[in-house]
Amino acid sequence: MAGLHFELVSPAKLVFSGDVDSVQLPGSEGEMTILPQHAPLITTLRPGFVVVAGSQGPQKIFVRGGFAEVNPKGLTVLAERAIPVAELDAAAFAAQVKDAETVLANARDDETRRVAQQNLDHVKALQSAV
Amino acid sequence: MASLKDLRNRIASVKATRKITKAMQMVAAAKLRRAQEAAVAARPYAERMAVVLANLASAMEGQAGAPKLLSGTGSDRVHLLVVATAERGLCGGFNSSIVKIAREAADRLIAQGKTVKIMTVGKKGADSLRRNYGKYVVDAVDFRGAKAVNFDHAAGVSAKILSMYEAGEFDICTLFFSEFKSVISQKPTALQLIPAQYDAAMVPDLGGAVYDAEPEEAEILGELLPRNIAIQVFRGLLENAASEQGARMSAMDNATRNAADMINRLSIKYNRQRQAQITKELIEIISGAEAL
Repeated sequence: MAGLHFELVSPAKLVFSGDVDSVQLPGSEGEMTILPQHAPLITTLRPGFVVVAGSQGPQKIFVRGGFAEVNPKGLTVLAERAIPVAELDAAAFAAQVKDAETVLANARDDETRRVAQQNLDHVKALQSAV
Repeated sequence: MASLKDLRNRIASVKATRKITKAMQMVAAAKLRRAQEAAVAARPYAERMAVVLANLASAMEGQAGAPKLLSGTGSDRVHLLVVATAERGLCGGFNSSIVKIAREAADRLIAQGKTVKIMTVGKKGADSLRRNYGKYVVDAVDFRGAKAVNFDHAAGVSAKILSMYEAGEFDICTLFFSEFKSVISQKPTALQLIPAQYDAAMVPDLGGAVYDAEPEEAEILGELLPRNIAIQVFRGLLENAASEQGARMSAMDNATRNAADMINRLSIKYNRQRQAQITKELIEIISGAEAL
């Protein structure tokens, strides 16, 4: 079976690009796993971990503020922040929490405030879990 | 006529200038490489973003309920010009060429009876626009303390733009920056940010299938469009950073060469004058000896 072409890009660089077996995504409406030949899909992501299963073993990458797009060519994840778990220490996490708090403070209407609050809660939950 | 001592001093001072411009050129070359890498590294994200945006936007086309960032306010009366320039000068025509196209756009819009608002990003643009267009400048941002632009800067600028848009302070927003073509060529560019523009030809062929959207398309688009603004601003800032260093490098290269020419000319003048003086002294001694 052909692998899934997966790309993870952040504004600063191309974080991951290659063929993998499956990718687990933190979709805003629930976790999902994308396998090769998945139907076309666009979804928003909540803060969480992208788990890549491939020939190099599983890899976990923290993402915040992003989108995933599946098309016949493969899966593309666009994330404002993408940090491999290996580089994610307590300090980096604290920075992410602070970031999420700023977003919440800057929220202008109820809807964005709700989303920001949700995102902040997620980041905090993840922080305590790690 | 300048004395020998004056000439010597001038040569020394031009030499010192040449050393400075040479050093600046080398620093710019090193910085250029880094800025260029950053600009190139940011491209994949912007490209993928454009594809996703084109995708969703063309699906939403003609439908009611499209976000205002995409469909516009339905009017084109008030224009916001975001002019991104460098923090520092000494980089040839870089800043003035960006300011020039922004000024032309502003003049054109004013002549059409539109209202113009200007937001400057970067100190140099603010300085030169303040003089004649001061009353149009609504906001000025600069990153004087920052070593290199990062995404947070762009996010800050875009947040400002978005809150102004939501408050209904303008209808159309255009970003002015300099596109990095090569070290010797930078192209001042105007890019419309709001309403968002997309290229329908970028939609990938799904072979008749449609995208599943989770949540609804309008909702995703509502989240994607503000991000897209931040990305476009970020791209503009990175291109600007690379262009600035490129422009400075070639400007300083020219300056170094001019200084070298000047040193040559001054040295020749100095030598001629020295010889003339020696000859004059000899003539004085000889004629003095003959007189005896």
